[in-house]
Amino acid sequence: MKQTVLRMLALAATALTSTAALAQERVVHVYNWSDYIDESVLEDFTKETGIKVVYDVFDSNELVETKLLAGGSGYDVVVPTGPFLARQIKAGVFQKLDKSKLPNLSNMWPLVSERLAKYDPGNEYAVNYMWGTTGIGYNVDKVKAALGDIPVDSWDILFKPENAAKLKSCGINILDASDETFAIAMNYIGKDPDSKVAADLEAGGEVYKKIRPNVKTFNSSAYIDELANGDTCITIGWSGDILQAKARAEEAKNGVKVDYVIPKEGTYMWFDNLAIPADAKNVAEAHAFINFLMKPEVIAKASNYVQYANGNLASQKFIEESVLKNPSVYPNEATLAKLFTISPYDPRAQRVINREWTAIKTGQ
Amino acid sequence: MAETGATSQNNPWRWLVVGVPYLWLLVFFTAPFLIIFKISLSDTAIAMPPYTPTFEGFGAIGDFLSQLDVENYLFLTEDPLYINAYLSSLRMALISTGLLLLIGYPMALAMARAPSTIRPTLLMMVILPFWTSFLIRVYAWIGILKPEGLLTLLLQSIGLFGPDQQVQIFRTDYAVFIGIVYSYLPFMVLPLYSALEKMDNTLLEAASDLGCPPWKAFWKITFPLSLPGVIAGSMICFIPITGEFVIPDLLGGAETLMIGKTLWTEFFGNRDWPLASAVAVLLLLALVVPIVIFQNQQQKVR
Repeated sequence: MKQTVLRMLALAATALTSTAALAQERVVHVYNWSDYIDESVLEDFTKETGIKVVYDVFDSNELVETKLLAGGSGYDVVVPTGPFLARQIKAGVFQKLDKSKLPNLSNMWPLVSERLAKYDPGNEYAVNYMWGTTGIGYNVDKVKAALGDIPVDSWDILFKPENAAKLKSCGINILDASDETFAIAMNYIGKDPDSKVAADLEAGGEVYKKIRPNVKTFNSSAYIDELANGDTCITIGWSGDILQAKARAEEAKNGVKVDYVIPKEGTYMWFDNLAIPADAKNVAEAHAFINFLMKPEVIAKASNYVQYANGNLASQKFIEESVLKNPSVYPNEATLAKLFTISPYDPRAQRVINREWTAIKTGQ
Repeated sequence: MAETGATSQNNPWRWLVVGVPYLWLLVFFTAPFLIIFKISLSDTAIAMPPYTPTFEGFGAIGDFLSQLDVENYLFLTEDPLYINAYLSSLRMALISTGLLLLIGYPMALAMARAPSTIRPTLLMMVILPFWTSFLIRVYAWIGILKPEGLLTLLLQSIGLFGPDQQVQIFRTDYAVFIGIVYSYLPFMVLPLYSALEKMDNTLLEAASDLGCPPWKAFWKITFPLSLPGVIAGSMICFIPITGEFVIPDLLGGAETLMIGKTLWTEFFGNRDWPLASAVAVLLLLALVVPIVIFQNQQQKVR
């Protein structure tokens, strides 16, 4: 909500200035996740092409989707996550990419493109921007103090009620992204993470209901700071976010040591992708922007900054050692094999999980 | 006299004056409400916009109407979540309005009884917070109430709290009450003040001359005379608080259940626009119907 209001103001301001600047100036309106790019990449793009970037950010897929489905969003490039992308393609939100305008496609990583094809068959509508995992972020010292010297490598650390009870006093956060949390819980109890059967989804919900009395917060952006300043000691979170929390704690020198782990049971692998809305006004500029981001050295700069892996194979030689060799960012073959993707929920399953999720969050 | 009456009947200006508010209501209330009501009768779909059927023109209107049904309303009655959310919102709004009256009435009374020279200053002080964005003011409360926030620092510095103790108010219902009462206080004080200010003070002098103690004079004279202000203030606060979304979202915890948040989840999380519309229509009915009945009663009393 706060984001919406701020964004509306920002939009109104840009609308006023851009109409004043007349139509001869080439612009592209980009709508990306917050904290998700090295700002200098945008400046480089303008320097190289003369196209001005109007950059706007969001922090939830749901908000983007609602805007896109209502139509006339005014954006030329948006960055939805896999299952949302798939549903939006089906709803007719996006236009097919003109691949003749995207010569840098040859740099892409076939492994990522293949997995992305689950959401976008034939890779016709979208190009991967970044990808990552949803795992466990934790405060090394506080978790050790609460649970003793046991390895943190399994979802048990959070999902076993006796562990959760011991961690309660130091602060548990659960990511407020029900599509992912249900898949993770179903995978944990040995069910198909991609199941859309109501009974399986409810069984997944049970995992959270059992630990609910011990959970302090459900959020998907404030937890970065809370983990960094020690208010939260363990969270389900997105890989890059946790690594950002780690970096912030190191910068602050507050004695908080944060780490990220991909649990051995496997977890959800997600893809954030660049796509062009069907009603985009600056289609040529949008293609130029996407093509620019697929330059190996450009996307490597972004990855080095946000600490997320990208779907560009050729970029890997430009990526800093500390990022490329970090198994939390670029997992090894064995871990990659255990990561799963999920297809979009149909309306019936969606209603079940959102209903369950509200019940879990409100402790009903 | 009869002549002027006749001309005022036919005076085109008169129709304009009456017509403008009705036109306003038609364009900005009735039309959106009908659109919402129509969406509440449709079904979700993976499409733009995400529901079906959409209105395709009057040629296919029979087909269009036949696809509408009340399924969403039935779903709302089956699931206790929605009833609980409505009840919980009404409870929050009722408690908040009560607190607002308790705090706002003495404030308004003090303002009305203050020397007339400083009244404009006092009035200004009530209105002044509006000069800052509502969102920023609610954010400021996060800074005050969070565990390592200003309130904790204050209590620690005056020695009431030990160094390890922190205020645990942020992300609870208490924080929501604080935020609501703070944000809505001017809306309660202003109608009360305007009712109290108009009061004839000679009535109180007469009461005291006849031996009536001040507290009794307050209940027998001041309060009944201020009743229109009490009712206006309570309604102006109660109605928006019931549907409040921003304050519980920013200050409340995960367990704060309010219909505004439920509506948000249905609309954004579920992208179930039809069900969200049904929730909104019922919320409107739940608020409007009692008010209309109340208004009618008032009319009869007069």
